[in-house]
Amino acid sequence: MTDALLEVRDLVKHFPIRRGLLSRVVGQVHALDGIRLRVFKGQTLGLVGESGCGKTTAGKTILKLIEPTGGTIRYEGTDITHYSRQQMKSLRRRMQIIFQDPFSSLNPRHTVGAIIAAPLEIHGLVPASEKEDRIADLLRKVGLSATAMRRYPHEFSGGQRQRIGIARALAVNPRLIIGDEPVSALDVSIQAQILNLMEDLQDEFNLTYLIIAHDLSVIRHISDVIAVMYLGKNVETAASADLYKKPLHPYTEGLLSAVPVPDPERSRRRMILKGDVPSPIRPPSGCRFHPRCPKRMDVCDQEEPPFKETATGHFVACHLY
Amino acid sequence: MSDRQPPVDKTAEDAQKDRRVPPIGTQTAPYQYYESQTRRILRRFMRHRLAVAGGCVVVLMLLMAVLANVIAPHDPLALETERRFIPPLQNKSFVLGTDEMGRDMLSRLFYGGRISLVVGIAAMFATIFTGLIIGLLSGFYGGKVDSVLMRFTDTMLCFPQVFMLLVLAAFITPTVTSIALIIGFTSWMEVARIIRAQIQYIKEQDFVQAAVALGASEFRIMFKELLPNAIAPMLVSATLNVANAVLMESYISFLGYGIQPPLASWGNMLTNAQSYFDLAPWLAILPGVMITLTVMSFNFLGDGLRDALDPRLRM
Amino acid sequence: MFQFIVKRLLQAIPLLIGVSIIGFGMMHLAPGGPLAVYTLNPTITAQDIERIKQVFGLDQPVYIQYLKWAYGIFTGNWGNTFFGGRPVLHVIMERVPATLLLMGSGMSLAVLIGMLIGILGAVKRYSIFDYLATTGAMVALSFPTFWFGLMTIFVFALKLGWLPSGGMFTLGGDEGVLDLIRHLILPTVVLALVLVAQWSRYTRSSFLEVIHQDYIRTARSKGLSGSRILFRHAFPNAVAPLIALAGVQLPWLFSGALVTETIFGWPGMGRLFVDALTMKEYPVLMGMIIVTAMAVIIGNLLADVVNAIIDPRIRLE
Repeated sequence: MTDALLEVRDLVKHFPIRRGLLSRVVGQVHALDGIRLRVFKGQTLGLVGESGCGKTTAGKTILKLIEPTGGTIRYEGTDITHYSRQQMKSLRRRMQIIFQDPFSSLNPRHTVGAIIAAPLEIHGLVPASEKEDRIADLLRKVGLSATAMRRYPHEFSGGQRQRIGIARALAVNPRLIIGDEPVSALDVSIQAQILNLMEDLQDEFNLTYLIIAHDLSVIRHISDVIAVMYLGKNVETAASADLYKKPLHPYTEGLLSAVPVPDPERSRRRMILKGDVPSPIRPPSGCRFHPRCPKRMDVCDQEEPPFKETATGHFVACHLY
Repeated sequence: MSDRQPPVDKTAEDAQKDRRVPPIGTQTAPYQYYESQTRRILRRFMRHRLAVAGGCVVVLMLLMAVLANVIAPHDPLALETERRFIPPLQNKSFVLGTDEMGRDMLSRLFYGGRISLVVGIAAMFATIFTGLIIGLLSGFYGGKVDSVLMRFTDTMLCFPQVFMLLVLAAFITPTVTSIALIIGFTSWMEVARIIRAQIQYIKEQDFVQAAVALGASEFRIMFKELLPNAIAPMLVSATLNVANAVLMESYISFLGYGIQPPLASWGNMLTNAQSYFDLAPWLAILPGVMITLTVMSFNFLGDGLRDALDPRLRM
Repeated sequence: MFQFIVKRLLQAIPLLIGVSIIGFGMMHLAPGGPLAVYTLNPTITAQDIERIKQVFGLDQPVYIQYLKWAYGIFTGNWGNTFFGGRPVLHVIMERVPATLLLMGSGMSLAVLIGMLIGILGAVKRYSIFDYLATTGAMVALSFPTFWFGLMTIFVFALKLGWLPSGGMFTLGGDEGVLDLIRHLILPTVVLALVLVAQWSRYTRSSFLEVIHQDYIRTARSKGLSGSRILFRHAFPNAVAPLIALAGVQLPWLFSGALVTETIFGWPGMGRLFVDALTMKEYPVLMGMIIVTAMAVIIGNLLADVVNAIIDPRIRLE
């Protein structure tokens, strides 16, 4: 199937650690060690994992805000892995990003109008006379009033600032929007509002989403397909419903059982994961999850399990299968 | 008679109006949260009485410099050996006395102030311009560019400023412009460091990444995203720089290598004052007081600005 | 520790090279070139100048000149003065002790008084003393050093006659220590003024930062007396960043010394500089600029090493 909007294969990103007099490289942070993702047009892919699993690095690398160390990134079939800044410029209209922190993602010295006008000016999308109308239009689309454009970011609440960020991303009419933990910094009630807004916009503009998050309930609500990551590697990828009904990988099971269920009648067996997430500088041998896995076998600390398809559209990397 | 009324049956329409939530963004927060940034900064500034006083004196000095030819009672160059060494407050026509060549002190102070301030402010612009460019490039590009530029900055910092100024001043023909330029080109190092630090801090913020993601050119990022956020430390630096520049001009003019007579500056008015101590101490006292007052005011102003713009930087 | 020193030394080398390049560049950018005293003299013919150039080795390409000159600096051969042909190095070294004496006393006085004021201000924050000290520091920073010198001469030497108005010793006197001290007082105070202001401000802020740390609160809750806390716990931690201040102040110390020596007729390097300027003695000028810059580099290096000895966090990074 080659009609995926975004296809990522064996993406690797290592950050060098420098020490000593001459800044010798003494080690690498293995942020990403060969991940595979595929997002189809109009779909929402949710990328989940704990802190340090590399999901934010994945988002930034896909957009080429960070240069990949290896692997390929394909957008609409074109290999953009080694695109220069110049080449990326026209592509920047097709892929956009929404950031996690509503307080640092907007320039405090610019008015909201200037913030949203920036993409319009960079790509010359509208003539000067129509600029204000377009900005007002975008603001209304995200649920803010047009008067916001003369105000400064610090005058708005967190949720409102995320809306501004969304409006800015929409300004270029992108096809793909990567959301880097778009609601993690917001209060729960506001989270719902923003997620609903994003879904409405997806329908209206036929957008494709790659949502990165660590909160499974958020991911469940909004994703069609979910990809679980651990320590820079794929662990399990499946359609949303399949994942929740029948999680295959022990890590996914552990994550799911940690989600609180507001039903006092229900008694559950929790699978509690032992230990902490190891450092990405020296990942464990074999299957990276084996030190914490309750279903560990002998082969798990020697061989890395391949990431393969077990049922249609359901991929997992585990020696149990 | 109480205002309370018994509940009235609401119509269906009223009930619907109550349930409707106003659209997001049209709800206004209580007024006290809506103080614009400028007003907040002004309010913090006003709390420092010394800074406000400094600011007022600065304005007065600037007015004096601009209006020198209007308010000066005499021609500062007009010398008349008969009126030498008149002490201050003794002669209605020469309120602050006359100097060793019979020139009116008050007028000389006005015109001298104009020169000293012009040099100070021009030097400040040269300093800020140089420091800004170097700090911006260093902070934005990092890596080798940063290494080279910072090494250069560190090297320049090793030379004592007065030594450098004197040597450079001896090389050139000392005019107001050239003096201002050499002061400027020996004072930019601190500014560059401050700007670089600020740029490095701002670069980490998400909105800069957002600009990159939007396809902004490096030029645009440097000047539209980063620079506006570096204005606060730049303003503080600029003010303190004028103080230092006025001081430096007085040093080299005093030693005879700055502004040349007959053009008066507060510094060169002091050049020969030491020899006339017995006869006419006011020749030494008055220009020095003006220099100290001016430098002090700019310093207080700068300090107050620093506190008002970012309380975290408070000493 | 050793590694740290080596690392800092290696970092200092490019600075030394940079300083020498700039010094050399300035000498050659002087109008009339390094032989200005001859080239600008209309009575000397062009042929004579050519011969002089050959003698001084100035007809060779620039980089060769630089290398030869740099080698000379390194080995102590700094050329000779134009007038009198004395070795520049000797001429400068003659004046160094006087300047060192002045700078040393100035710095010591400044550190002592500055730290005292700063500590008191930090301990009694927001008191009248603190307010006066902070404002006073700002005012002191604004005085032109030479003018302050003139004023002190006027008051203490001319009007009150307590102290001499200049020079290092009384002419025809016995050059005893007491005489020296009498002559040293005013210049030292004048030089120290600006430094005291800076020390008091930095000390105050450093102590304020340390005093509010939790470990001080722990010490107090253990019942330790105020002065014990101050000296055993607060002082060592607050002092570390201040050592860097000493290094940063070095260039200013030289600048201030130059100005002070001129006012008080103190026979040090600063006075030599001004005299050499009048006579366009470029070798002397360049020699002194290099000396001061090198002193600053070495001073900063020492400050860093001392800092690393006191603060283990620095040498372990």
